[in-house]
Amino acid sequence: MALAERPHSTDAVARRLSLWRLVWPARVPGGFRRTARVPWIPIAIISVIVVMALFAPLLAPYSPIDQTLRDKLLPPAWMAGGSDKYFLGTDAFGRDILSRLIYGARVSLIVALLALTAGGGIGLVVGIVSGYVGGAVDSVLMRLVDAAFTFPAILFALLLAVTMGQGLGTLVIAISLLLWASFARVIRGEVLSLRQRDFVALARVRGCSAPRIMLTHILPNVLNTFMVLVTLNIGVVIIAEATLSFLGAGIPPPTPTWGLMISEGRGRIADAWWVALIPGIAITLMVLSVNLFGDWLRDRLDPRLRQL
Amino acid sequence: MTVETVLEVRDLHTHFFLRRGVVKAVDGVSFSLRRGEVLGLVGESGCGKSLTALSLMRLLPKGGARTIKGEVRLGGENILECTPAEMREIRGRRISMVLQDPQTSLNPVFTVGDQLREAIQRRKRAPRAAVMEEAVAALRRVEIAAPEQRIGQYPHQMSGGMKQRVVGAIAISGEPGVLIADEPTTALDVTIQLQYLKLLKRLQAETGMAILFITHDFGVVGRMCDRVAVMYAGRIVECGPVRQIFEAPQHPYTRALIASVPKMTGPVGRLATIEGQPPSLMDLPAGCRFASRCALVEQRCLDVYPGTVRVGEEHTADCWKAASS
Repeated sequence: MALAERPHSTDAVARRLSLWRLVWPARVPGGFRRTARVPWIPIAIISVIVVMALFAPLLAPYSPIDQTLRDKLLPPAWMAGGSDKYFLGTDAFGRDILSRLIYGARVSLIVALLALTAGGGIGLVVGIVSGYVGGAVDSVLMRLVDAAFTFPAILFALLLAVTMGQGLGTLVIAISLLLWASFARVIRGEVLSLRQRDFVALARVRGCSAPRIMLTHILPNVLNTFMVLVTLNIGVVIIAEATLSFLGAGIPPPTPTWGLMISEGRGRIADAWWVALIPGIAITLMVLSVNLFGDWLRDRLDPRLRQL
Repeated sequence: MTVETVLEVRDLHTHFFLRRGVVKAVDGVSFSLRRGEVLGLVGESGCGKSLTALSLMRLLPKGGARTIKGEVRLGGENILECTPAEMREIRGRRISMVLQDPQTSLNPVFTVGDQLREAIQRRKRAPRAAVMEEAVAALRRVEIAAPEQRIGQYPHQMSGGMKQRVVGAIAISGEPGVLIADEPTTALDVTIQLQYLKLLKRLQAETGMAILFITHDFGVVGRMCDRVAVMYAGRIVECGPVRQIFEAPQHPYTRALIASVPKMTGPVGRLATIEGQPPSLMDLPAGCRFASRCALVEQRCLDVYPGTVRVGEEHTADCWKAASS
């Protein structure tokens, strides 16, 4: 029946999603390389951003909020007219872009952490219960997921910002509500096929209860998928945070966030492009790095690829 | 013989209730299983063998399957009336199961040691070291070489035969009185099959458990079983000791099945086959279910289902033509 070497469905999805695979396949046909090599560059970039977020007050040369209008719109240090005082230049209020970037990493990471824990966790639980229990429970939960998908996420976040007020909590709730449904749907699909496997039947033969099977037999088997989803969604969350902040529904100014920085630089993109472009590059690097790291992590977590 | 009956199944009916109609997959199955015996349950694909086994465990597939009638007495207690919590206590400890495909029978993300430990710890609380020791002993019991090393390995690092042994070790770790083996050797190659059958026999002799051995391979039946029950279209049509079934089969279906097994001696000719298809389980005939394929069919076969006829001590057959004793 089932072959041991049957490719995992989520592998296929993740592989399709990864641009990196197009230029550098992890497993060459014939298989001389079983697992992708350690992605040092993405790890380095992620580490730099995490360190920036953790030690922002120590690393930032200036306050991210204090305005020095005398020095407004200075280009980065290496350009003509740039000042050595501001390595990445200043924005329209004369605030140091480097400092704002460093503090902005904090907001991005905190939002990503909270939203993925909340949204991903809800999705994981809903997906496992829905897939394993089935029947009416499954129908109700999946209709909820459908309902969540039909709701325009941005509109919903704006609505939430209006009713609850801007802030971190609102942002996290909005993004969690955007995430959980897609997690639930993918995890449920995995569980549906896992439930049919004989080891689940044999766990019942051994006298395991339904909650125990979900916890000890189903959950570890979907963790790979979950990890891939989490890492792929770190990018989604960072972009969602940036989008909502850009639209004014996220963290209120003057707290620096990368999305807000792009929003503020948008009007001057022609003459002071660095104000918007530098946080844009930061977002791109961060999202690309977590996706590449997630890919590698998936390969490492697959017990079929783990050798003695 | 006054050997204790450990499992008695009476008039078991398990049907699938679908939108298109009712599929009578198990439709009046009765048999008993004594301590220390191997009962073979034989029949072609789709005759209800596996569903009978799942009904005994009360692990019916989701989607409309229900046991609507009958009794399953395990040591005097009708387990069809047990609550789900009571059932969990019974499974693994009093009745256990081995399935056909060793590739999917083990959880791929845990080591075999972890999976053995789960089974052992469900039975009793013990310190980790003691449980580990017991797990190693369980692997040694199913003749796995170097169990200390194997215990830390993942299922994908083992061969099919070895995995099936691990599945067996897990199944008997609760010292059940009844083991249901649902075609445990179908997925193994022939030499490994033989080893596995010998192992099952030995374990049975050691523990005194009764085995319900489901198969469609008459060669395996002859090697393994004490008695055989032949199943056709949801019912047991003949049941008796292996020797009698092989030497004097009473039901035409049993005869046809035995005739279709290739002989190791004598000239090689065309193999005998059974013409036609079994009846649809959604639309069963009023009379004998084998009538449409039977060479000896008569009018009464088409009109009325033959009752179970006693054809010898412990030997019964559901046929009008069976030589009643």
